[in-house]
Amino acid sequence: MAKQRVITASINGTSRSFLCEPRQTMLEVLRDNLDLTGTKEGCSNGNCGACTILLNGAAVVSCMILAVECEGAEIETIEGVADKDGLAPLQNAFLENAALQCGICTPGFIMSTKALLRDHPNPTEAEIRFGLAGNLCRCTGYDKIICAVQSAARNE
Amino acid sequence: MRDFEYEVPTTIAEAVQILSSHKGRAKPLAGGTDLIDYIRTGRLSPDVVVDLKQISELKTLVVTETQLKLGAAVTCQQINNHTTIKKYFSALSDACSIIGGMQIQNRATVGGNLCTSGAAADSMPALIALNASCEIHGPRGIEHLRVEDFVTGPAKNVLHPDQILVSINFTNHIARTGSCYQRFIPRNEMDIAVVGVGAALTLDEQGKISDSRIGLGAVAPIPFYAREISEYLQGQYPIGDVFQHAGEIARTLVSPIDDHRGTIEFRTHVVGVLVQRVLTVAASRASGSEN
Repeated sequence: MAKQRVITASINGTSRSFLCEPRQTMLEVLRDNLDLTGTKEGCSNGNCGACTILLNGAAVVSCMILAVECEGAEIETIEGVADKDGLAPLQNAFLENAALQCGICTPGFIMSTKALLRDHPNPTEAEIRFGLAGNLCRCTGYDKIICAVQSAARNE
Repeated sequence: MRDFEYEVPTTIAEAVQILSSHKGRAKPLAGGTDLIDYIRTGRLSPDVVVDLKQISELKTLVVTETQLKLGAAVTCQQINNHTTIKKYFSALSDACSIIGGMQIQNRATVGGNLCTSGAAADSMPALIALNASCEIHGPRGIEHLRVEDFVTGPAKNVLHPDQILVSINFTNHIARTGSCYQRFIPRNEMDIAVVGVGAALTLDEQGKISDSRIGLGAVAPIPFYAREISEYLQGQYPIGDVFQHAGEIARTLVSPIDDHRGTIEFRTHVVGVLVQRVLTVAASRASGSEN
């Protein structure tokens, strides 16, 4: 077996060191080693976006990244979105617009939306649909999700 | 996923040495959006993964109004965000902005797209149109070759297991040149090209086409340079009838396959339509009426 390594990364603002094998993806380490199970596994081949996290501020699919590639990185997961006062406005927008049903895609959509709204604070509907093309939802369809993102953009 | 060792060289020489010492059992890693999936599904089974992202030459992007040198591990997102590339090397930013979604573009690299060597790789027709060349380093020295000579078959290329693609270099942008890449896919986004066409056109002072290059993707075992179209376009005015005839020539050059994405008949029809559309956009960009 390949030698395990110690990787140190900032996860949701806290410096964490963890042991991992080179073959473990960041998704596996988040869920299995660090108990951060808010990030979901969907397709595991980079198509569905359920495992989206922010890596040094960029939205990426954590199933396609090795944890050993994340030495020194800043990682934000869905667990880091709410603060001590409660849900973030973006999360409330998803709730108020009923933009989820089973919820498996939701953490990924919220992380992608966070990156999208940072780069396009007032996105058009087309920009939202294009920007979130890397996230799939199999329950509600997309209209409620688009409404939630529009509502979050108005309120932020 | 299969067990493997992980190495992170910081120089080209070190990367080449690691690849050489493992005699074909090591694979280079850039964005990982193909490699990690291939290891997980068993299509590739390397003993060592060699991460090239800490080598500065591979991460370097040199852009001026005339020159473009693209490190092999520069991400699609870095290209998308670059206004100078968008203006002067438009076909490349057209292609990079539709490879996967935002999450893939933040990791995937043009160098990796080339090295995966898919017949439908979106970057290839654009790179062919822009007359790009590859700089390859290995134990036997440095080699340069044209991008259309890099890919040798579906998922096959000229690289030996101990060589790495370091950069992609473009010929200088010249005045009154415009380029464009478009593809046909059944979905709106996040799909593999059924047909992909890249074109670059240069107009002379009279407004006639003085130079052109067209790259065709997903319509043959490898993306290729359509020399016959360039020969036809030489000295013509950039008008609809000429571009329509260029599309008809394209239909005679392709050898597509039938698969679930499209039939031979469909791909042959679509390549003609796309050649016409892409040339029209490239010509308007060349004349400055569209950026």
